[in-house]
Amino acid sequence: MNALERSWDRQRANREGRLQRARERLGAGVQGKIVDTHLVQELMHQVIECGDRVCLEGNNQKQADFLAKALASLDPGRVNGLHMLQSVLALPEHLDVFDKGIAAKLDFSFSGPQAGRLAKLVSAGKLNIGAIHTYLELFGRYFIDLTPQVALVAAQAADRHGNLYTGPNTEDTPAIVEATAFKSGIVIAQVNEIVDVLPRIDIPADWVDFAVAAPTPHYIEPLFTRDPALISEIQVLMAMMAIKGIYGEYQVERLNHGIGFDTAAIELLLPTYAASLGLKGKIGRNWALNPHPALIPAIEAGFVETVHSFGSELGMEDYVRARPDVFFTGPDGSMRSNRAFSQVAGHYACDMFIGSTLQIDLQGNSSTATLGRISGFGGAPNMGADARGRRHASPAWLKAGEQARRGTNAIPRGRKLVVQMVETFREHMQPAFVEHLDAWQLAEQAKMAIPPVMIYGDDVTHILTEEGIANLLLCRSEEEREQAIRGVAGYTPVGLGRDHRMVENLRDRGIVQRPEDLGIDKRLATRDLLAARNMKDLVRASHGLYKPPKQFRNW
Amino acid sequence: METLRFNFTGGQRRLDGARLVGVVGSGNLEVLIEQKPLNGACEVEISTAAHGFGPIWEAVVRDFHQRWQLADVHVAINDMGATPAVVSLRLDQAAESITGSISGGAA
Repeated sequence: MNALERSWDRQRANREGRLQRARERLGAGVQGKIVDTHLVQELMHQVIECGDRVCLEGNNQKQADFLAKALASLDPGRVNGLHMLQSVLALPEHLDVFDKGIAAKLDFSFSGPQAGRLAKLVSAGKLNIGAIHTYLELFGRYFIDLTPQVALVAAQAADRHGNLYTGPNTEDTPAIVEATAFKSGIVIAQVNEIVDVLPRIDIPADWVDFAVAAPTPHYIEPLFTRDPALISEIQVLMAMMAIKGIYGEYQVERLNHGIGFDTAAIELLLPTYAASLGLKGKIGRNWALNPHPALIPAIEAGFVETVHSFGSELGMEDYVRARPDVFFTGPDGSMRSNRAFSQVAGHYACDMFIGSTLQIDLQGNSSTATLGRISGFGGAPNMGADARGRRHASPAWLKAGEQARRGTNAIPRGRKLVVQMVETFREHMQPAFVEHLDAWQLAEQAKMAIPPVMIYGDDVTHILTEEGIANLLLCRSEEEREQAIRGVAGYTPVGLGRDHRMVENLRDRGIVQRPEDLGIDKRLATRDLLAARNMKDLVRASHGLYKPPKQFRNW
Repeated sequence: METLRFNFTGGQRRLDGARLVGVVGSGNLEVLIEQKPLNGACEVEISTAAHGFGPIWEAVVRDFHQRWQLADVHVAINDMGATPAVVSLRLDQAAESITGSISGGAA
């Protein structure tokens, strides 16, 4: 075959064929780009081909649940062998497609609520996992070797032309739609309503092929709401250590917090404890963070200056709308989030990531993977990794880099602070410090190429427990690292196995620091130190603008 | 319930007064530290709902004694399944409020 005969627009021709079939089959059921709700399965049968790569929008929060149900109800005799691409597997339908033989292969990032069933389906041979990714990694592959043929996304509203308004939970939609629409794919959006005029346009109509009104509004999970009533005194103590020993010590201005009560405690101690240390204006100014309700008191106290968000949080809409100097909002006033950009911000523009984990080994590798569950890590590995491509300096970055290089002749360079914060024992006296991560066994069970590690030990700079802070930047040998980790591992077998003399030596050198070494008065480590002690306090701090979801209205 | 008893010697710090820190309702641990003539010893008596953690308790209270060096003191702990972290924190809070100093700091 010579070059002249070669066709260069086969993908476009294929796309035209699909659109043609849909138009013919749906007839008057499609007006412009708006498809009748009850025809959504027929639409899918016309535009999805066997073996397609299908990106189903399952985000950390927003779910294209109506389209997920429709996909799971297709006839596997007509549509099968699909290769699903998904940020998050959150709904039962996300796995039903594999159970029913509609889909066969999966590339994803996170599967929290479905992690147990996913592991079972894998061992039953019902699905084949391509790889588990971070969010950014998966988005990246959408533009390289995993470009979707069909994208099924969710938006708040569409107009009659097919423009989309995503509302505050824009999340992954722009990344997914861009990869699909500009590579001859088909984009179908479910919307809560079809209106004449949108508050603003988040996705332009010529990137969208079909919009369909869902019978019920898409599901959003309030994933980042933590009731302050459940924060323990140990978490208060650890938050005090974090603020004094790390935030204050390194002057951390730009940061990302993990999800969980440990970091919620820090957020609630900014206006009280951090303020008492004179740290207002010096730490915690710029954030890559979802609008955590626990951040409200710190925002109101003037601690927090800016917040860019991966997604939104249910109940925070009015509060965010009323604080446009802090949050990113559109001309309509509502928030615009964007997971891809916020992940980039968290990776390159933040000086610190601090978050919890389930297990840490003697090298400082940390993982939330547990036996019988294939969960993935979402965005944590991008947040919790030194940004080796970073070139701009800041005081925190320079200080961490200097500590890592002290005494060597390495060229000056900065370093991101990556802090893992854990109580030495989890519930039911499960030790958080272990000789071998469960990840090793899980890798064997699920035939993974490598054990699923959330944050690698060589990226971790500090481990913080109720016993103290281990500064791994200052360790100069494998042995020192191991003893520094054992030295904060409390009464776990790993902690009890420490070399006491060596740990005391590390303490003299400031590598291991106890609360008393930091001058922390443990009598202050009570819940009285929290700027809000329950959900109602958060509502009050927000001047009534925060409206907690029903399950958190416990007063 | 399991009852554990530990006895430490060599402490120098004596108290005047008794203190109760923590209540079962607010957490899961009750600590009572009081003065008692014990020939200079520090005696720790633990009633715990969880069985089989004797060696961990011993390590926790041994470290407490090392930090505070209390003498002629009786420590009573009523535990409803607290983690070692909570036990250490409550013990230190009790000792800090009795002695008025931060643990590990000079006596």
